[in-house]
Amino acid sequence: MSDAAVDHFVADFARHAKTLPGARVPWLARLREDAIARFAERGLPTTRDEDWKYTSVSPIAKRAFALAPRPALPELDIRAFGFDGDATHRLVFVDGHYAPALSDIGRLPAGVTLENLASVLTRAPDALEAWLAATAHETVFASLNAAFMSDGVHLRLSRGVVLDAPIHALFVSTAVGAMVHPRNVIVAEDGAQATLIEHYAGVDGAASLTNAVTRVFVGANASIAHERLQHESAAALHIGAVHASQARASRFASHSIALGAALARHDITTVFDADGCNAELDGLFVAGGRQHVDHHTRIDHAKPHGTSREYYKGILDGGARGVFNGKVVVHPGAQRTDAHLASHNLLLSKTAEIDTKPELTIDADDVKCAHGATVGQLDDDQLFYLRTRGLDAPFARALLTYAFAHDVIERVRVAPLRSVVERVLFARLPDGQRIRELA
Amino acid sequence: MSALLEIRNLSARVDDKMILRGVDLTVNAGEVHAIMGPNGSGKSTLAQVLAGREAFTVESGQVRYDGRDLLALSPEERAREGVFLAFQYPVEIPGVGNVYLLKAALNAIRRHRGLPELDAMEFLALARSRMKAMDMRDELLYRPVNEGFSGGEKKRNEILQLALLEPRLAILDETDSGLDIDALQIVANGINALRSPERAMILVTHYQRLLDYVVPDFVHVLSHGRIVKSGGKELAQELERRGYGWLEADADAAAAQVPR
Repeated sequence: MSDAAVDHFVADFARHAKTLPGARVPWLARLREDAIARFAERGLPTTRDEDWKYTSVSPIAKRAFALAPRPALPELDIRAFGFDGDATHRLVFVDGHYAPALSDIGRLPAGVTLENLASVLTRAPDALEAWLAATAHETVFASLNAAFMSDGVHLRLSRGVVLDAPIHALFVSTAVGAMVHPRNVIVAEDGAQATLIEHYAGVDGAASLTNAVTRVFVGANASIAHERLQHESAAALHIGAVHASQARASRFASHSIALGAALARHDITTVFDADGCNAELDGLFVAGGRQHVDHHTRIDHAKPHGTSREYYKGILDGGARGVFNGKVVVHPGAQRTDAHLASHNLLLSKTAEIDTKPELTIDADDVKCAHGATVGQLDDDQLFYLRTRGLDAPFARALLTYAFAHDVIERVRVAPLRSVVERVLFARLPDGQRIRELA
Repeated sequence: MSALLEIRNLSARVDDKMILRGVDLTVNAGEVHAIMGPNGSGKSTLAQVLAGREAFTVESGQVRYDGRDLLALSPEERAREGVFLAFQYPVEIPGVGNVYLLKAALNAIRRHRGLPELDAMEFLALARSRMKAMDMRDELLYRPVNEGFSGGEKKRNEILQLALLEPRLAILDETDSGLDIDALQIVANGINALRSPERAMILVTHYQRLLDYVVPDFVHVLSHGRIVKSGGKELAQELERRGYGWLEADADAAAAQVPR
């Protein structure tokens, strides 16, 4: 990858280092300096890197993205990105900056801290040092994020606290050429429970770069559900990482729905740091036109008695390209691991492509592991059956496409989010509106 | 009055294999025809070709339905014009609710007929009354199409669709196969209830069993892709006694005489 691109990011960092949140905090300034140094040393990945074999980030290198200035009071109608029904604790970020006027954190039970990260970094950053310093599994984009991270959600749940209503963190990109580096830090102490919806959206035509990192620390017996909806504008570039660390008997559920962006790469990983952890990683990606959407996931069964279930589906149309790489690593000594990984993909056109690769690495002998991957087209028997019932061919195809996605959508636990996903999917399918009317 | 369905010299193949070799059949409104024959004789192919299955290529012949060229219509146009195929193996469609398909199908056909579409309440009331007649549990409405249905439930679901869609020409492909005697009676009652002077039915079946309950006006024997014998309901009983061998020998002899 061109050094010019790296130099550009480094120069932009030098320009902004003094004004980034928490710039006067020595350890944080050093953390950022170290991160940009790691980024510069590694450079942007190329397709010669195994993890980036099918995904070229040259569109990122080609364009000189710059940190977006804080928008004047954004005149943004966020209803288009909102959820009907259920109450949420809502934090809205516009071009990377927290927008209090659009946010509604609402009432929180005792023992819950929920605020935007920049406030914490400016006011009382020391409590975050340990969480921000964790660099295990850091990708080169995560290094870049660590240098520039400006804002995001900070959620801290005290021992045993259960937050019923989901947190809705909405990141909206509006500016052409802007880059944003959201950083979310979720810390759940023992036995705590919460659901976070991380939602990326863009106004039409926003050719922006989002490079997000979410770190989730799940305490013993705690349970965190993480719903990720990536629905950026068709011109956007999106890099998103979610890294969880799980303590004893904790649960982590991740649902990644990727519908938008011209180029999108999602890295979702969790590490079982103690016995008896449970992880559920589900995903749905839908791409058409020239879209490129990549999911790399990794589950580290580092300790015994862990259970993981991973279920991903992809729908690709037009000249779209999908990539799914699901890694499950069972470390030595991680006995009684129970892991299941499936990737199913539907190609709706002759020019759509998918590269799917489930990978199991097993270094323990008393384990139950299975994986499977399928790539297929719509079923002729099903199409014929529907048509003999009077449904025209385009509608029958749309219905079967929706049916393919249906079970993954069902796994999304937050009902209003499910509705949003369905609405977007229906809008994408020819005749989708008719499916909606019938539902 | 012209026939509802007129098949003339119909030949069809799948890939390179000829399956239908000159079928002639005339069906008038109000009539019930049984098409019998040994396995591999082309019975199911005939049913599928009439419904518009694209996997079969029509080589020659024509099919007039209600005075129109049936073969020129897409499967969905045929359905909307009142042709219904009850499948031998009803297809499972995970992710599509049965109630959803039934309503979509009924409203597609009602739209085509210029009738107002039914709303959810009206549709459910209608579907429930029809299900009751078929002794089907309401729960089957809310399951995915045919998924997890027993063999008998799948067949009943086909007849439920028949009852809801009220076609003019119903083609029932081996609807009796896989049914126990109780289910057979329920299905047969369902079929009988739909007999009417405006509606014709073609029952494709291997065994005479169903015909004890749904008494046909005509019985045809299909062998090696053509109808080799036609008669009244007593032909079915004769087949039950004598099997198909004697007819197949005749058909083989006839086939041998025709230069191919």
